[in-house]
Amino acid sequence: MNIHEYQAKQLLKDHGVPVPNGYPATTTTEVDQAIAMLDSEQAIVVKAQIHAGGRGKGTFTDGYKGGVKVVDGPEAARQAAGSMLGNTLVTAQTGPAGRKVQTLYLTEACDIDHEYYLAVVLDRETAQAVIIASTEGGMDIEAVADQTPDKIIRVPVSPATGLRPHHCRRVAFALGFAGEQIKAFSKVLAGLYRLFWEKNAMLVEINPLITTPAGDIVALDAKVSFDSNALFKHPDIVELRDLNEEDSKEVEASEFNLSYIALDGNIACLVNGAGLAMATMDIIKSCGGEPANFLDVGGGADEEQVTAAFKIILSDPNVEGILVNIFGGIMKCDIIARGIVAAARNVELTVPLVVRLEGTNVEAGKKILEDSGVALTPADSLAQAAEIITSQVKDA
Amino acid sequence: MSILVNKDTRLLVQGITGKTGTFHTRQCIDYGTNVVAGVTPGKGGQLWEDSVPVCNSVAEAVKDHGANVSVIYVPPPFAADSILEAIEAEIPLVICITEGVPVGDMAEVRQRLNQSNKTRLIGPNCPGIITPGQCKIGIMPGYIHKPGRVGVVSRSGTLTYEAVWQLTSRGHGQSTCIGIGGDPINGTSQTDAVRMFNEDPETDAIIMIGEIGGSAEEEACAYIKEHVEKPVAGFIAGATAPKGRTMGHAGAIVSASGAGTAEAKFAAMEDAGVSIARNPSEIADALLKIYTP
Repeated sequence: MNIHEYQAKQLLKDHGVPVPNGYPATTTTEVDQAIAMLDSEQAIVVKAQIHAGGRGKGTFTDGYKGGVKVVDGPEAARQAAGSMLGNTLVTAQTGPAGRKVQTLYLTEACDIDHEYYLAVVLDRETAQAVIIASTEGGMDIEAVADQTPDKIIRVPVSPATGLRPHHCRRVAFALGFAGEQIKAFSKVLAGLYRLFWEKNAMLVEINPLITTPAGDIVALDAKVSFDSNALFKHPDIVELRDLNEEDSKEVEASEFNLSYIALDGNIACLVNGAGLAMATMDIIKSCGGEPANFLDVGGGADEEQVTAAFKIILSDPNVEGILVNIFGGIMKCDIIARGIVAAARNVELTVPLVVRLEGTNVEAGKKILEDSGVALTPADSLAQAAEIITSQVKDA
Repeated sequence: MSILVNKDTRLLVQGITGKTGTFHTRQCIDYGTNVVAGVTPGKGGQLWEDSVPVCNSVAEAVKDHGANVSVIYVPPPFAADSILEAIEAEIPLVICITEGVPVGDMAEVRQRLNQSNKTRLIGPNCPGIITPGQCKIGIMPGYIHKPGRVGVVSRSGTLTYEAVWQLTSRGHGQSTCIGIGGDPINGTSQTDAVRMFNEDPETDAIIMIGEIGGSAEEEACAYIKEHVEKPVAGFIAGATAPKGRTMGHAGAIVSASGAGTAEAKFAAMEDAGVSIARNPSEIADALLKIYTP
């Protein structure tokens, strides 16, 4: 689960990391209130809050440039805010449709001496937290890692010991800090690490972490994502979820315990099991089709779930055909076939449907499909099913 | 003719009185698995379905009933604790079926596993392990399997059934099939499973099924290149998955930097001399191209 920058900064502040003074705003009234609370002597930064990077270089759909603006004075801030609020921002990470900006974050500007990168991530191979740091902050860290890998500092931290002062010193020295800054940096890193473990984060990233001309260390931007499987431990984090930032079909699917991801193609698939669902997308592609979604109905796949799955699939206007691929194990094929038939009747199918069933009681399942009178094409193998649906969609 | 589990396996079921535990324990007993005890704290002394003794702790099940393998069906918030309890009781093999265990919990479990030379963990978020004709532990349908000499290891459940079914319907049986699970941090890796199959005199050939995300398949391929003479076939699911999205399994994600792609994994397989199925319907055929039983 991802959260907004202003929420991430509040969490960082709660964990002792210095951040610039700032306030979120969702209306022009709140923008005015935020401006009134900021230091009027300082320049103001107006930042669009969406769950995607590249905001500064982004363009709004009405042509207004930049989702992050540094401006002088309240009037300029009000103008920038007015241009962004309710407008749709397109960045390198949003896709061409962009994201509607419903929240702004107004902060005091900081003078920058140097920009650093600092993050804590979980390394799956070693099952440890890893601190990642670089003197090349403010840029795309993936590009830094790619072009100048020697500028990336990696320090693993065992969960058995947790973060210790020597870890902090090692990173601080590698970044070139000296004197009092080592203490200040260690405090930042300790807060970052504590946030990471306490809240079951998958990533806590500050980019850039800056030093001011006076030598202070401040987090100018922040990104935090959490382990969805651990949210039951953290009701406070669940409250930070912004459903506006998620695909409405994906949100609906999650309410039925379906795992759904919208894609760009025109052939929908409905599969039991994540691995088989990915493999089904792959075979659609290898037959010359384009998958419209990833959809795992899980091991159960009862009538209610399959009906919900069909409705979600069909709410995507790009869908021109559906491939159902079920390997019935513990859940028998005849029960699944009844679910498919009932669901197909419920939703009034308007596109071709190909069903491939395999596994327990497969013959009984196929007979139910045949006798149902529902317009569908049965298939015996995964390869055959994919070929039939791609050719039916092409011919349509 | 197997690895890890066989007819001598004495199974303990952690979470035996729950709905999932009860359902799958019945299926496993019907298959012929010897279930010697269950654990549900607070229900010690009862009999499950009038046949299997229920204990309050794993240690008690080991001491009183000689359990040597444990399977875990408890809900995600309690799964890591159940695994740790089994490690403390020094059970040689623990299989965690539970999906949705927090990855931070698994990081701690892995640290404890690293200190233990007594216990191997399979999973979590996996279908389990089966030695056809002898012992079925987990949620896979038993009848699609057939005793034989092909070892199968996979991160996926139903995709494994697909591959097993392809083998069985072409007349080829399996020595053991292991689902290692779809989570980013798990117990047994692809490399561990391939190594065990390679060292098993009753396994003649290996199928490895991977997914996008992480580098488990690349590591297994490095091992195969160096050590494995037996024929190996492989498939990777997720070639069409978008970057940065978690595809159902928590571990199935191509990172924003492009690490963990299907293409990189297929390339590693090719380099290791693994016979590749580009298409999930051709997994058994990919093996039979290089293996004549």
